[in-house]
Amino acid sequence: MLAFIAKRFLLLIVVLLGVTMMTFLLINIAPGDPAEMIAIARYGLENITADEIEQIRQSEGLDDPLIIQYFCWLGHVLKGDFGRSLITGDPILKEISARFPATMILAFISLIISLLISIPAGIISAVKQNSCIDYLTRTGAMLGTSIPNFWLGLLLILFFSVTLGWLPVFGYGEVRHIILPSITLGTGLAAIITRLTRSSMLEVLNQDYIITARSKGLYEKCVILHHALKNALIPIITIIGMQLGHLLEGTVIVESIFAWPGIGKLLVDSIFARDFAMVQACVLLFAILFVIINLVIDILYMFIDPRIHYKKEG
Amino acid sequence: MTLFKNKLALIGLVIIVIIAIGAVFAPLIAPNNPNEQILEQALKHPSIEYPFGTDEFGRCIFSRVLYGSRISLQIGVTITFISSVIGITLGLISGFYGGVIDEIIMRIVDIFLAFPGLILALVVAGLLGPGRLNVIIALSLVGWMGYARVVRGVVLSEKEKEFVENARSLGASDLYIIYHHMLPNVINPVIIMASIGVGYAILSAAGLSFLGIGVQPPTPEWGSMLSSGKVYIQTSPHLTIFPGIAIMITVLAFNFLGDGLRDYLDPRSNIQKIE
Amino acid sequence: MPLLSIQNLNTVFYSKKGEVKACSNINLDLEQGEIVGLIGETGCGKSVLGMSVLNLLPNNARISGKIIYKDLDLLNLPSNKMRQIRGKEISLLPQSPATSLNPVVKIGSQILEGFQLHRGMKKDIAINSSIKILNLLGLKNSEKNFKYYPHQLSGGMKQRILAAISITGNPSLLIADEPTKGLDALMKAQVVDLLHKLTKETGTSLLLITHDLKVASSLCDEIAVMYSGEIVERGSAEKVLNNPYHPYTQGLLKSMPEKGLHPIKGYSPSLLEKLPGCRFYSRCPLRNNKCNNSEVPYKEIDGTYVRCFGFD
Repeated sequence: MLAFIAKRFLLLIVVLLGVTMMTFLLINIAPGDPAEMIAIARYGLENITADEIEQIRQSEGLDDPLIIQYFCWLGHVLKGDFGRSLITGDPILKEISARFPATMILAFISLIISLLISIPAGIISAVKQNSCIDYLTRTGAMLGTSIPNFWLGLLLILFFSVTLGWLPVFGYGEVRHIILPSITLGTGLAAIITRLTRSSMLEVLNQDYIITARSKGLYEKCVILHHALKNALIPIITIIGMQLGHLLEGTVIVESIFAWPGIGKLLVDSIFARDFAMVQACVLLFAILFVIINLVIDILYMFIDPRIHYKKEG
Repeated sequence: MTLFKNKLALIGLVIIVIIAIGAVFAPLIAPNNPNEQILEQALKHPSIEYPFGTDEFGRCIFSRVLYGSRISLQIGVTITFISSVIGITLGLISGFYGGVIDEIIMRIVDIFLAFPGLILALVVAGLLGPGRLNVIIALSLVGWMGYARVVRGVVLSEKEKEFVENARSLGASDLYIIYHHMLPNVINPVIIMASIGVGYAILSAAGLSFLGIGVQPPTPEWGSMLSSGKVYIQTSPHLTIFPGIAIMITVLAFNFLGDGLRDYLDPRSNIQKIE
Repeated sequence: MPLLSIQNLNTVFYSKKGEVKACSNINLDLEQGEIVGLIGETGCGKSVLGMSVLNLLPNNARISGKIIYKDLDLLNLPSNKMRQIRGKEISLLPQSPATSLNPVVKIGSQILEGFQLHRGMKKDIAINSSIKILNLLGLKNSEKNFKYYPHQLSGGMKQRILAAISITGNPSLLIADEPTKGLDALMKAQVVDLLHKLTKETGTSLLLITHDLKVASSLCDEIAVMYSGEIVERGSAEKVLNNPYHPYTQGLLKSMPEKGLHPIKGYSPSLLEKLPGCRFYSRCPLRNNKCNNSEVPYKEIDGTYVRCFGFD
């Protein structure tokens, strides 16, 4: 168990190093001179001179070799110092921690909504295989996996905000503000989990132990929700884990559509503003979240599937 | 042929063929020039002259959606081609040679999989700057891992079989064995993955363009059409409805085809979607 | 009145390839306290017959005819009533111990379910009763085993656990589906001993589904021989096994290792195939023209029912 976590932790570090190095490299081959960007941000486009740019280049260490710059940045990050935004000059950590909760709330609500819809729908679909409700669920799930979330968001705005006037297009802080963004973000996940729950349940319901459970005279509800679902959940949890990453990716688009003040929108805005320090920090944060999710899922796995023992794998 | 008994796969294939025909013959089919701006005709609702209406510059949306299929298919197919070639190559090498090479390649796969691909693509495309090529580079970079894993798995199981040993004892080179014995076996799973992969690549590319990173206006691209149309959603929703339908139908068709191919080529396979 | 009376039972599966008639015109009675063996080769429909009694077949199966248990018509029972029959009145000892226990539920919980459901026991009393049963079945350290998951137990232990589960509701009838399939001689003897104990201690009737003639001969009072979905011979175990009439039963006995291992030539017909006459025709050493053309009736010879024209 400990060896397993240690191994995963090692992977986490390697991933974070790899990802940050890649971003670092990209930033440096990308068009646009960081020193010039900083100068423009500080003094305005009209007032900068070549001398000032050169001065900034030196004071910020931008003329050092790439590898030195990278480790310098890494050293600061390890001390908790993410530096300042190249555009606003505010501390990056402050900006990110202000926006982090918004993204987490959005992702969490979306996850809850999609699980509340998809798992019951998948179970019913499997139990009533080939019925009307099964076909309806499968069609819905197929559409859900193919609909672009940026388009779904616009359609929801068109219907619920423009036509019906029930929900606001933008805003943050109240329950009614999160409804449309979380539906937009959660639909794709819900569709995938519905399909998976259905196929997983169908497979489990054919197993011998389900006949054993039924032969005991257990209520059908108990057979399905206790004996079958417990087994069916194992692959479902793996996929949820893998898909949570995609949910995070989705925040980038959904936050941009609904002007949701989270990390996803911050990342997109920073890319446009060529605020390299901020981009770097956002990428790092997403990478950390992603790896932690994977780790948590693996640990969760051990509790749900008694057959797995990471001890042996070491 | 069983493939044609699978209704969904057939529907998918028919839709893809129709879209491809539309893309190839766009200049003949399109009622108007997709880039011609007639400002007096701006934001017109659908009519006989403009089947899908016009956008804020008076351009024919139907013609633009039609021309957009060229871009989307081109991007989707190119990305899938590049990422599958990378994936197949690395998978073959990894599975065939094993040992340290395998270990290194698989750890690289792990690292790429342990990171949200679309965000990486967003950053790559965003930092490299706008343009079709950068979208293709960015999305190919994050799409090859699934192919590598599956191909490696197939190669590992094929390698154990006797004919490889026989071929080798007859003096066949590694390249010969890979080409004649390994490659044919990886074709089926790769076709299935690629079919779904094209849909996913089209979706992701449109998503990047929607964010303003990727293909830029005035190129008629579905994602960027949606993006510029969203401002007019209150008065002229047709600007956002038609490009969206186009994306969805295209992606749906590739998903249908991929699911159908999976049932047909490989009924017991566990290959998951490439996400 | 028999405890269980199967009358004119037909079980058909509707598959893509056509109708699979797994049981056709089955008639079988089972008295209180009796052990009836249902023997036949793999795929002859004997397990389907057992599952038909419990009404635990997949959705594509249709059962017709009558199954009378005590005075209940099982096939026309509402599903909730049928559920109450399962486990409490008629229970199942399933075929493969390796896959018949739920892999993610603790052993204890899988045993206790039956007690709590059918006897309304509180958990602690249920635990005591389970331990008693497991001791009876020769499983020590039961309390420790309760905390285990199935993959932590050996095959023999799993079988005992399943046996314990099957009698938690104190059923009047136990259906054991191939309990000795795939076991070595030693284990087989243990299972036979186990079934013997189960029935003698509790007075339970047993429908033993098996392809193993030795197991059948050491346990059964009555034997029914099934071939390709039909019962071809039925009578007391002693008579059927020592003095078989039907050429199939004779062939089956000759194929035993002790009798020189002479297998019956040919293959049994697919259950998809509809045949006008005797289904054993193609392999039968005693066949004549009549056999292939007309429905074969049962004939009583010396207390044994035989489905064959050879004794006219």
